[in-house]
Amino acid sequence: MNIHEYQAKELLKAYDVPVPVGGVAYSDKQAAQVAEDIGGSKWVVKAQIHAGGRGKAGGVKLVHSIDEVKKTADAMIGSTLFTHQTGPEGALVHRVWVEQASHIKKEFYLGLVIDRVTQRITVVASSEGGVDIEDIAKAAPEKIIKEVVDPAIGLRDFQCRKIATGIGLKGRLMPQAVKLMKSLYRCMRDKDALQIEINPLAIVSIGEEEKLLILDAKFNFDDNALYRQRGITDMRDLAEEDPKEVEASGHGLNYIALDGNIGCIVNGAGLAMASLDAITLHGGRPANFLDVGGGASPEKVTNACRIVLQDSNVKAILVNIFAGINRCDWIALGLIQACKHLQIKVPLVVRLAGTNVEEGRKILAESGLAFITAENLDTAAAKAVAIVKETVL
Amino acid sequence: MSVFVNKESKVIFQGFTGEHASFHAQDAMSIGTNVVGGVTPGKGGTTHLGLPVFDTVAEAVAATGADVSGVFVPPPFNADALMEAIDAGIKVAVTIADGIPIHDMVRLQRYRLGRDAILIGPNSPGIITPGECKVGIMPSHIYEKGNIGIVSRSGTLNYEATEQMSALGIGISTSVGIGGDPINGTDFVTVLKAFESDPETEIVVMIGEIGGPQEVAAARWAQKNMSKPIVGFVAGVSAPPGRRMGHAGAIISSESDTASAKMDTMEALGLYVARNPAHIGQTVLQAMREHGIKA
Repeated sequence: MNIHEYQAKELLKAYDVPVPVGGVAYSDKQAAQVAEDIGGSKWVVKAQIHAGGRGKAGGVKLVHSIDEVKKTADAMIGSTLFTHQTGPEGALVHRVWVEQASHIKKEFYLGLVIDRVTQRITVVASSEGGVDIEDIAKAAPEKIIKEVVDPAIGLRDFQCRKIATGIGLKGRLMPQAVKLMKSLYRCMRDKDALQIEINPLAIVSIGEEEKLLILDAKFNFDDNALYRQRGITDMRDLAEEDPKEVEASGHGLNYIALDGNIGCIVNGAGLAMASLDAITLHGGRPANFLDVGGGASPEKVTNACRIVLQDSNVKAILVNIFAGINRCDWIALGLIQACKHLQIKVPLVVRLAGTNVEEGRKILAESGLAFITAENLDTAAAKAVAIVKETVL
Repeated sequence: MSVFVNKESKVIFQGFTGEHASFHAQDAMSIGTNVVGGVTPGKGGTTHLGLPVFDTVAEAVAATGADVSGVFVPPPFNADALMEAIDAGIKVAVTIADGIPIHDMVRLQRYRLGRDAILIGPNSPGIITPGECKVGIMPSHIYEKGNIGIVSRSGTLNYEATEQMSALGIGISTSVGIGGDPINGTDFVTVLKAFESDPETEIVVMIGEIGGPQEVAAARWAQKNMSKPIVGFVAGVSAPPGRRMGHAGAIISSESDTASAKMDTMEALGLYVARNPAHIGQTVLQAMREHGIKA
């Protein structure tokens, strides 16, 4: 689960991590009020969407008067931003974050991730901030500092000093860096975050003084731990997610929309991916990824059909079930229910294997409905692709 | 021989009295698995499926000599149940749970340091040595005894490969599902090592997915250390980057962890590679012919 920048900054503030003074606004008037309340002479107005790349898309503006704050907020709220992460449909802006503009001296990158190799939280830092960390990793891997955290003892001060030195933070900024990193670590652990990305972390000057400030923050939380993270769950913004994917997850289905025309209903993520691959290898284009999971009831299968059919591009559905903890007879009953309740007009290619396969096949055969059955993955994919080619021509 | 579990294994189930554990304990017994009891806290002293139920794993181990546990406990409590199993002296713990919080896994992996128990999973179909021992949720009737070892992240793709081989008359020595989560208790390399030293295994099928460095690391290790041929497949050639494809571990984060990139590397390292998921069985057959191995 992802959250907005303004939520991230509010969360960080609660952990005593330095963030710019600012506030969220849902209208131009409110934005002007926020700017007045926080004072100063320069402000940054930032569109609040989950996707990255807002700056280049015009979603981040530096302004010099309250009137300009109002005009900028008015232009942003209700507009659609197109960034490299939003996809061609873009993202509608519902709110902006207004903060005091900072006098930035230098920018850094700071991230906390769960590293798959060490299987531990790892702090990643670079003296190059404000740019994509993947680009730095490719162009100048020596500029990336990593420090692995032992979960039994937590992130230690000396480790933070090592990171700080590694990216060129010294003197008075050192103790600030140590405190900031330790707070981020605590936040990551306590809130079940999968990833925290601070980009940029900046040295800003306030009069004569220099201090560290977090200018942008991205969080990604573990969906599997949301049951014990009430406060985080409350920050979920469903408007930022694909409505079909939201509906699917409500039914315990894992659905991802793709741009082809063969709908897919499969059990298990691995087999689901392989089914998409098989369709692609036969020259077809899958319309979605859908994993019905384990122990799928007939109702769950019916819901899966309904969600797949909400995509009007779907010209045929491939059902590929290799039941272990599932039962082919339940899947078959679900498909029959779906055909009756949803008046499915597109052909269904069904491949059943595994637990209770004979019962499942029998139920389909005796239903009198026009299922196209297939013995294995290869013929199932081939049949689905052939059907779609016929309908399209 | 075989790998990790065999007919000598004494198996208990944690969460024994639950629906899935009951179903799969019975299925396991039907293929000859030596199930000696189970654990459900609060139900100690009763019997289930004709076997004793204990409140704790320690009691179960003391009374039955169990050395393998199938952990069928819901995800929020699963990591704790695994620690309990390891603490009680269980040698092989298998967890099928899909949805263990990743920070629980980080702590669990730390807990395992200095303790030599093998952990298979989470989010795994389990492990099966056909005709001897099954601890997991796979449909055991599709697994026939043979000389091919399987290691996979995905459960259903493991079944798929097994069925393709079975249709060609090829059987399995042991099949290990290491699970689809980003942190797994046992990685590909550990299982490859075990297969390399198992006299019953002559070829290994390794089935991976997009995301993460494990498949390539395993292929590199195999090139240096394995005498037995490996047939590799990686699911997700058609997966879009940046999207999580069901398994928490299956997300393309860099150019090198796409399915195609992984299969290219495997091929360059001398592994047999099935580029099409429907051709895993055929590719195994080809490897068998070229190495003079009989089914």
